[in-house]
Amino acid sequence: MVNPNKNKSLNPLSKINLRTKTLLIIGLTILILVLIVICSFFIDSKEITTNFLIINQPPSFEHLFGTDWLGRDMFTRTIKGLGLSIQIGACASLLSSAIAIVLAFIGSINQKFDTFVAWFVDLFLSIPHILLIILISISLGGGALGVTIGVAFTHWTSLTRVLRAEIKQINTSDFVKLSERFGKSRLWIAKEHILPLVITQIIVGTILIFPHAIMHEASVTFLGFGLSPHEPAIGIILAESMKYLATGNWWLALFPGLALLIIVLLFDIAGENIKKILDPTSAND
Amino acid sequence: MMNKLLDVENVSISFIQYTAGLNQRDLKVITDLTLDVSEAEILAVLGSSGSGKSLLAHAIFGILPENANLSGTIKYGGKVLSQKDKEEIRGKDIALIPQSVNFLDPLMKISDQAIGYTENDNEKKEKKIKQRKIFEQYNLGPEVDDMYPFQLSGGMARRVLVSTALLSKPKLVVADEPTPGLDQKTVKETLNHFKKMKEDGVGVLLITHDIHAALEIADRIGIFYAGYVIEIAENKDFSGDGENLLHPYTKALYNALPANGFKLTKGHQPLHGEIPKGCPYYDRCEIRLDKCSEERPQLINLGNKKVRCFKYEDGV
Amino acid sequence: MELIGKNISFKYSSSKGYLLKDINVKFSNDKIFGLVGDSGSGKSTLCKILSAYIRNYEGNVTLDDNNLPKKDFCPVQLIYQHPEKVMNPKWKMIKILSESWNVDEDLLSEFGIQNSWMKRFPQELSGGELQRFSVLRALNPMTKFLIADEMTTMLDAITQVQILESVLKIVKDRKMGFLLVSHDMDLVSTICDDIIYLKDINNV
Repeated sequence: MVNPNKNKSLNPLSKINLRTKTLLIIGLTILILVLIVICSFFIDSKEITTNFLIINQPPSFEHLFGTDWLGRDMFTRTIKGLGLSIQIGACASLLSSAIAIVLAFIGSINQKFDTFVAWFVDLFLSIPHILLIILISISLGGGALGVTIGVAFTHWTSLTRVLRAEIKQINTSDFVKLSERFGKSRLWIAKEHILPLVITQIIVGTILIFPHAIMHEASVTFLGFGLSPHEPAIGIILAESMKYLATGNWWLALFPGLALLIIVLLFDIAGENIKKILDPTSAND
Repeated sequence: MMNKLLDVENVSISFIQYTAGLNQRDLKVITDLTLDVSEAEILAVLGSSGSGKSLLAHAIFGILPENANLSGTIKYGGKVLSQKDKEEIRGKDIALIPQSVNFLDPLMKISDQAIGYTENDNEKKEKKIKQRKIFEQYNLGPEVDDMYPFQLSGGMARRVLVSTALLSKPKLVVADEPTPGLDQKTVKETLNHFKKMKEDGVGVLLITHDIHAALEIADRIGIFYAGYVIEIAENKDFSGDGENLLHPYTKALYNALPANGFKLTKGHQPLHGEIPKGCPYYDRCEIRLDKCSEERPQLINLGNKKVRCFKYEDGV
Repeated sequence: MELIGKNISFKYSSSKGYLLKDINVKFSNDKIFGLVGDSGSGKSTLCKILSAYIRNYEGNVTLDDNNLPKKDFCPVQLIYQHPEKVMNPKWKMIKILSESWNVDEDLLSEFGIQNSWMKRFPQELSGGELQRFSVLRALNPMTKFLIADEMTTMLDAITQVQILESVLKIVKDRKMGFLLVSHDMDLVSTICDDIIYLKDINNV
């Protein structure tokens, strides 16, 4: 057993091994994200009342993010908006990776299916993301459902590519060939041999779709094609605040924008660290 | 006795490894390894594949991974090498012949890789001439210079690695598993390269799992068992019924060769981390003593030979 | 029991010339066969054809007058030189072993497999230990013929004896056919009753 105190140092973190540190980071980021979602649940939209006595107030201890032109507290609105963003992001990325997994496995059946999947990926990649999201969102009548489906249907491509390449390589491996000689079915091989080997890519891929999904949701909403103006979404908040920026109300855009950026970064950090934990090549660092 | 080049004394290498969850353990891969190589001598370290013997080469060149712990001393020309010294002399006085061309940069032309870093054009030209000369000696035509690693055949790749290692005129060459995956002709050719190095006064440390290759060219052979060197025997001891070999494992290994009786010995090498408290060979040994299970024998120096067995405490 | 290859020819789609041409072989279970050839001479390819790994060849392989099955368990099993390549790195040894069949305790101890190895991953065992597993997997009761392609080349001499002795014992007990492919003449002549040289039967 290693004595963890062997390298004596004043820094308490140095006593913790790297895996613990990584797990701590993952735990913290997930905690923050979950907290935001839970908080947003407890904020009733009606509670964000208009109060004309405190309109256009800059940030203070009472109103951390200031207030808007109707006297609504920007901090509460931002949290509510972020909660919504995370939920939509979660649905969209889960749906995305489900599409990716199905397509990747379909592609592994035979050459024809593989060509089809490759063509399908190229087709979706050749259309600009934003345009496609807007089209799908509008055709589904907009709102949360439209945006979620729109984002989900545009973000599966890169994960599909990764999985397709990975599965192709595993299919040529000797242990799969031997499994066929043992009389195992394609389905059995996909489930028992291939899935355990690509599960890391699936998990990390799904988490890394998250930030994209959130950003795209916000931008489509910002452009007015996403969530309805009654929803307290970040995109709506940003779009509205544009009108008041010129009058010097900088806090209306800055804090919600920053908050969105931080959420995106948190997902990125969580994804990278989960990769570190799951990836055996860096496991013993 | 020729001058000693390399002296490896009581070297142990261990890894910090995660076990279940967040627990770590110190996994010893090489324990208390002692050997030496002199000028114009080929010393083979013989161990089964996956036994961690390659780490010895990595330790000599100071290229162990971050999570490895190294203890003991490695001396070159009588001087203890620090990490800085290793970085200084590697590729100059001591050169490594790696296992395969996978150790070369796949996107760099062969001659550029062989020459390595140069300060200016003059130096580059000088080195280029030297490189051409040595490649010519190893039957590598000018067309090889502009090839990329993937274009080399097995034998050619081996010659490129050998001649690149010899470019700096090293006094000591360390070869890490130079023969697996090669056909018999290329193996023979590769082994001849080492014989030639020996004739030129170079010391060779050959790390291999191939007993035939070791017996063909080595002067002395170190037998690696469960992370320990249990014997360093002379080549001529591997003859007859193996009666001149000292350690029971070495004898068993020699007699298991198809040409020497194909004799069955039961048991297996203990896994890393499961090595018994006493002698690593205790559970398979036919001549074990009571204390062998409790006490670990030291490597006993018998002149040119060494053995790790209590039976030889008072000499042979 | 007879494994017969009739007029087997094979060439890679990328190359012009044939690697194997009009090879006729016949193996039975009353002898231990050895196949000798230089590396690159196509002996591994021949092994793969005889064990249904390669299907796009010319000619015909039959075991007791039946073609080798495409989907079901193949009664001709091949053991490779590198056991780690035929094992899923994410599987523990116990699962790897039971992918083929449920090996009984006696056979495990016959092959010197320790209980503690079962809970390990392939990366945690040495080549010699892994090869024991890979041989046991191939010794499924449905296996009629075993081909060992350089099975012990990467192993030390002691492990080589251990594995081959155990295999030969079972091969004889179950009256299976056995073909040992190796470059090591000493080994082939020690074990085999009948030695075939690939260059003698290959008409390229």
